[in-house]
Amino acid sequence: MAETAATLPQPLGSRTRVLAWLQRYGVYASVLALLLFNVAFTPHFLEVANFRTQLIQVAPVVITALGMALVIGTEGIDLSVGSVMALSSAMVVLYLGYGAPVAIAAALVAGALVGAGGGALVAYAGVQPIVATLALLVGVRGLANVLVPQLTEFRNPALITLGSRSVLGLPLVVVIAAALTAVVAFVVKRTIFGRQLVAVGGNRAAAKLSGLPVRRILVAVYVLSGLLAAVAGVLATARLQASDPTSLGLLMELSAITAVVVGGTPLTGGRVRVLGTVMGALLIQLLQATLIKHNLPQSWTQMVQAVIILAAVYAARGRKK
Amino acid sequence: MDNGSAPVLEARGISKGFPGVLALDGVSFRLGAGEVHALVGENGAGKSTFIKVLTGVHQPDRGELRLRGEPVTFGTPLEAQRAGISTVYQEVNLVPQMSVAHNLLLGREPRGRLGVIDVTGLHARAADLVAGLGLRLDVRRPLRSLGMGAQQMVALARAVSIDARVVVMDEPTSALEPREVDTLFGVIARLRDAGIAVVYVSHRLEELYRICDRVTVLRDGRVAHTGPLDELERVKLIALMLGRDATDVRLRGQTEFSGDHTAKNGQPVVEARALSRRHQLHDVSVRVRPGEVVGLGGLLGAGRSETAKAIAGALPFDGGAVVVAGHAVRKGSPGAAIRAGASLLPEDRKAEGIVPTMSVRDNIALAALPRLSRAGIVSEARLDRVVTTLMKRLRIKATSPHQMVSELSGGNQQKVLLARSLATGAKVLLLDEPTRGIDVGAKAEVQALIDELAAEGLGVLLISSDLEELVEGSDRVVVLRDGVVVGELSGAEVTEEAIMKAIAEGGGADG
Amino acid sequence: MTTLEAAPAAPAKGERASQILQHHGALMVLAATVLIGGIAFDSFATPRNAANIAVSSSFVAIIAIGMTFVVISGGIDLSVGSSFVLAGVLAAYGSRYGVVVALLLPLAVCGTIGLLQGLVIARTGMAPFIVTLAGLLGMRGLMLAVSGEGANTYLVESDAFASLGQASFLGLTVPVYITLGLFALGAILLQRTGFGQSVYAIGGSEEAAALMGVPVARVKTTVYLLSGLLAGLAGALNAARLSSGVTILGAGLELDVIAAVVIGGTLLTGGAGGLTGTMAGVLLLGVIQSLINQVGTLTSSFQQVVSGAFLALVVVVQRLLHRAQHLS
Repeated sequence: MAETAATLPQPLGSRTRVLAWLQRYGVYASVLALLLFNVAFTPHFLEVANFRTQLIQVAPVVITALGMALVIGTEGIDLSVGSVMALSSAMVVLYLGYGAPVAIAAALVAGALVGAGGGALVAYAGVQPIVATLALLVGVRGLANVLVPQLTEFRNPALITLGSRSVLGLPLVVVIAAALTAVVAFVVKRTIFGRQLVAVGGNRAAAKLSGLPVRRILVAVYVLSGLLAAVAGVLATARLQASDPTSLGLLMELSAITAVVVGGTPLTGGRVRVLGTVMGALLIQLLQATLIKHNLPQSWTQMVQAVIILAAVYAARGRKK
Repeated sequence: MDNGSAPVLEARGISKGFPGVLALDGVSFRLGAGEVHALVGENGAGKSTFIKVLTGVHQPDRGELRLRGEPVTFGTPLEAQRAGISTVYQEVNLVPQMSVAHNLLLGREPRGRLGVIDVTGLHARAADLVAGLGLRLDVRRPLRSLGMGAQQMVALARAVSIDARVVVMDEPTSALEPREVDTLFGVIARLRDAGIAVVYVSHRLEELYRICDRVTVLRDGRVAHTGPLDELERVKLIALMLGRDATDVRLRGQTEFSGDHTAKNGQPVVEARALSRRHQLHDVSVRVRPGEVVGLGGLLGAGRSETAKAIAGALPFDGGAVVVAGHAVRKGSPGAAIRAGASLLPEDRKAEGIVPTMSVRDNIALAALPRLSRAGIVSEARLDRVVTTLMKRLRIKATSPHQMVSELSGGNQQKVLLARSLATGAKVLLLDEPTRGIDVGAKAEVQALIDELAAEGLGVLLISSDLEELVEGSDRVVVLRDGVVVGELSGAEVTEEAIMKAIAEGGGADG
Repeated sequence: MTTLEAAPAAPAKGERASQILQHHGALMVLAATVLIGGIAFDSFATPRNAANIAVSSSFVAIIAIGMTFVVISGGIDLSVGSSFVLAGVLAAYGSRYGVVVALLLPLAVCGTIGLLQGLVIARTGMAPFIVTLAGLLGMRGLMLAVSGEGANTYLVESDAFASLGQASFLGLTVPVYITLGLFALGAILLQRTGFGQSVYAIGGSEEAAALMGVPVARVKTTVYLLSGLLAGLAGALNAARLSSGVTILGAGLELDVIAAVVIGGTLLTGGAGGLTGTMAGVLLLGVIQSLINQVGTLTSSFQQVVSGAFLALVVVVQRLLHRAQHLS
């Protein structure tokens, strides 16, 4: 109500402050806690080989989660990332005959096109993101399976390098994930596009009035998500030396969404926490690893993950109306 | 029309406060059976709060409500409803997707065999209700397929059907065509005949005089006047609403506006030519020259915000054109308007202004990002310079530019939005209620600022419900009523009485 | 009495057409598809084939009935797939104690979790998407825990229970009849009871519904309870059909269900739609699959492509219709 005159900002109650702190830093604290726990109680945890494995496993989740974070920042969602991974994997195999660079390019273009399609549905047709990307989830995986109906192996030196080589002791896939994190962080913090996309999610009406090209921004964000998912797919394929569109990336969207939400990026849009997203992915990964190493059943991971999501979103509640 | 017997609804000494503001101060009110009572007042007068107290949305801090002589308290709107007070809101609070019949009888559907809803009976009963108000419509249609007028009447029918003794109507005609208004008034007349009392909240004076028996005027949370409407002259009514004495001309000069700005002659910095938009604007033309402050006068719903938004590219229009600094601006594109040099400060800063998840700095820079970047990368240094300069100039009180804008006071938020407009290098500022809802100190600062900016050569289009502010701040005033320009005053002509007169009578022939 | 005609906003003809399309579009497309399929393929429009489609669609249909209620109320339930699998495992496990336990155990567990989800959504105002996402993960975990991390596939040990899923009359299995029965009951509940009207009202405008006296929290909680129960029932029946509690199903099932509901004309925004449309949507997806099988050379993956494209087409058309209805 524009009627009420000056209202002084209320001093934050201690409960609100705790919740706010939890939302911002909870994930870092949790990761730290888990790390310490493992250092203390898990044998062989501090070994290089272990770290390598963990990082390699978490890399594709991080990459797709980065794209997901951008989309969620605009108050949207992208359920198609897993299917895009499968499609990109299929494209790699199909175009491998022309050489690795072409194959990779084809995969990336495919991902971008799928993203453009989703973005157009959302921005121009006004379809809700969940339905638009749901349609893509179903259709694109089907397409991937049509193109490559069964597990197809290949031998390509360039891809082998991509999948297994290390740079300065770190696996290439991990380096790429780290590089992409840096790029996305840069985009969000330092570019017009990053500022604008956050404004679109924060208050779309205000963004529009400020002259922002809202529709173009929305399409771009879904294109980026598709692109990143394609990268993840290419890397996974390179590691496996095989393409299996039936199972590649299955349920990846769930992991990505979890990582983003737990990392402190609100589903209501308006803020993107890049580092938090990475931490969220690491948290889930560590959780799984901890449970496995201590011979706790896999079922626990799922249930704990569920609780963590609820807690993360509950804590985020009073922040944005 | 009966007010000899005991009132059906009575409020005694109602006071209600919120943090920082006293919205109602000892308001008393009497409503008789079969009476149509107008409740008027400008924004901030306490009208909405009073209605909310009557209908159970708020509970008064002091005072009491009496229904048919018995003291009552309403903890929720539902309780008020059950007690017989129904409200028909401006935004029809029914379910648009459901049919008229289902909306009318939600929660009270007639049952048939086995306890399931008797659909034929439902439609029959709904048709009866509707016919009882003198209407004829297909009750099976979805509510949203009807025009706003018909929807309002369905809401009214529902209110009546739950045995309401008092019906509160909040701005019921703001979205209606003249013909629909006639129908509505026919319905209200029936209600009156049936002994139901109506509280009619509106700013449309002709309508009040048509349908209402008595009037209560609220101003600054208090009752400024209450009595029969036919004893009150139109101009006097407006004067009461706006807190001015119609015959007593006193320049109190409590605003910070210093007086004349010397408008540079030559090409207007913005020109709206014959803007038209269905239901809202009819052939509206406004011109602002550099260094000039042009006020848009008129009551709520006159089309002031719509004019400003149309110029700013935020409201597509059907006819006419907008020219900024000599260049025609593509309609419907805020980006184009901003690039041409016109920037809008929206009326509702919460809904359309501030981005709550971003900092002060980012909010200020939002509309100017393309100018503050190179090759897509934001030049932080340049941005910081612009932000610091603006924050200092506008005296924005924040712990730092990085503070969350949602933590600032209303006045400072408004300044942030003003800074956002200035950061775009605007040549003309379209200010829609720039001092609404902010504290006195910030108000003064903003007014002084507007003066300064005009002196520097910016053009300003000023919309304000505060008549004093409008008069003292503007060089010229264009008066609107119901989307039509009914008067244009300049220089010495710009006085509160003249504006009020124009609002009340202006336009001459039927407009 | 002055009878005044209340003037409608949109021209009646165009508005009526788009309304019909929205409500019955799925049925019309279904009829058209069946017609075309019958002409194009000999073995398509046979009673045998129809029965096959009905049988294989019955489980999705049961879940979709519950999902329809949830979506009409303006929410969504992502947990139904996990509920389905969990119920299957519990049913198979419980069958060693007889048919009653085999049925009641999954219903009790899935119903309780559905109730919990509903309570959280109704009382805390958290987004249904997130709460049911957590439910999806939590129930999957629960399923794994109960089945020894997915290793144990319990066999159904009660013949009575197994017959629930396998016995057939007139070429249709029991689940199909159950589906029909639930559809009838559900339709009555949705269209002819105060509860059903409340669901529509909340989905149409929660604010208005509250002002009109609808017990919003109670109704919301109930729809999620219903959804959980029906997903549980479907899972139990599926276990009966397969004679075992298979642990690898269900991934993506919720999305099939949502797609069927959306294609059927129920808007994700809530407040509109119905069970007839949902059934048509379920059948349509089944028919598409059958048609693709008829072609023979195309795989089920192709069916997925078609389903995806179809879903996209349907929602775009829905949006266009929506815009046309509001452009006045």
